[in-house]
Amino acid sequence: MSIKVRVPPAITRGSAGSELLELTAANLSELLTELETHFPGVRKSLCDEAGKLNRFVNVYVNDEDIRFLGGKATISRTATKCC
Amino acid sequence: MGEALVSLTPLPLLEEVFVFLEAALSYVTALRCRECGTEYPVAPRVVCDCIAPLEIHYDVEGWKKTVTREKIASRPPTLWRYREFLPLDKEPTTSLSSGFTPLVPAPRLAQALGIRKLWIKNDSVNCPTLSFKDRVVAVAINKAIEFGFKTVACASTGNLANAVAAHAAAAGLESYVFIPDDLEDAKVLGSAVYGTHLVKVQGNYDQVNRLCSQIAGEHGWGFVNVNLRAFYGEGSKTIAYEIAEQLGWRLPQAVVIPIAGGSLITRVGKAFQEFAEVGLVEPAPFRLIGAQATGCSPVTTAVKKGEREFIPQKPSTIARSLAIGNPADGYYATGAIMDSGGTGEDVSDEQIVQGIRLLAETEGIFGETAGGVTVAVTRKLIEAGKMDPEAETVLCITGNGLKTLDALQGRLDLGVTIRPRLEEFEAEVLRGAKPATAAVG
Repeated sequence: MSIKVRVPPAITRGSAGSELLELTAANLSELLTELETHFPGVRKSLCDEAGKLNRFVNVYVNDEDIRFLGGKATISRTATKCC
Repeated sequence: MGEALVSLTPLPLLEEVFVFLEAALSYVTALRCRECGTEYPVAPRVVCDCIAPLEIHYDVEGWKKTVTREKIASRPPTLWRYREFLPLDKEPTTSLSSGFTPLVPAPRLAQALGIRKLWIKNDSVNCPTLSFKDRVVAVAINKAIEFGFKTVACASTGNLANAVAAHAAAAGLESYVFIPDDLEDAKVLGSAVYGTHLVKVQGNYDQVNRLCSQIAGEHGWGFVNVNLRAFYGEGSKTIAYEIAEQLGWRLPQAVVIPIAGGSLITRVGKAFQEFAEVGLVEPAPFRLIGAQATGCSPVTTAVKKGEREFIPQKPSTIARSLAIGNPADGYYATGAIMDSGGTGEDVSDEQIVQGIRLLAETEGIFGETAGGVTVAVTRKLIEAGKMDPEAETVLCITGNGLKTLDALQGRLDLGVTIRPRLEEFEAEVLRGAKPATAAVG
């Protein structure tokens, strides 16, 4: 499933604002794996080895906090945006 | 000619020059990650490379050599009397009248609550916008000017919007304030009047805050609670410095503090520790008590479970200034409370209104809904035996009731209407009089 992902400068470590990517992922774990290919090392900043999100990281799917959507397992079949 | 030149430089003038230069020095050494300890140069930066938040690190030894009670007490009664403890490189140039609000003994409220000794730290009369947010914005605006920002902004539940709009106007800066679109009229009008760019966002504060984080990443603005947050938060410390000084240079045994984003309660603890470390007060234990509304209580819910990690909530409460379901400093707020041996509690909307009325009827102080939360949580904890009634306690009233009048609509006895006749006054008012202290007891 293709989704648009807005990645903030705190993660891209760029100085020109956020980056908007189009990635394919069915759940958060797959999304983090995809992000790692674009920003090597980012997975370690975003979650621990067990895949638990860093407490300071917020993930929103279609404008909703992923913690209100059942957590990391599912992004959503209808998700179009993630940031 | 050389002798004449020397005689024109009297010693007092040299001292004045020295004092000026000393006061202009910053005691900030770095921005430091609150988790991994990595240090960064002082700059408008949001987070560490590890994504954790940053805080200001100071030269504590420098403070010890320089700061004295006498020096602080000799300065004007504003928050800038503690300027060595604030993260500015230069003297402040704007927002010069904020802070040093009254610490009011509250014997009638103490009696009603069953507490031996009680004070109100009354930030409902803070200058210029009647809330504790004048403290954080005073610091953030001056830092924004130091950084060269021409535009400042914020995500707000109301009080911060009022403060950013007002302080920016006085400083001649352009401002944008982002608020949930269902805020109280007084807070909307109380921002718009300063000529700010007011942006009402369809959603709750957490959604507003997320949008602002994105905007801050795209535009070169100084968001006081995003890329200036480390500096902004330091302004909160001044409420604690003032409490300690106003108590006669000592620490209270308990402080009850409303929690929204969680910055205030963490900075109160930090400020007390700083004053003790520098020797301005004797080190003494103090308990931090967190107060939230039941309809938005992520921090106190975690504290009651004995957990530092909080679970975000979707807010639903009349205490809209506290309606932050995913508080930025929530994790540190739970830690500050538990490390101090304190506790947390939440109260219903009905109890919040009773708290507003109790404070007003006993001490003549009209706090906003957050003040009602603070009073009602204190009452609930005392009645449950979870707060020590013998402890010297300070309640922080952080905003003015005139901003949240709608919370009281239909809940007060608004009296009777009579014709201008003595017999009608005696019949309708004197004979029909009800007890005037309905919330007391």
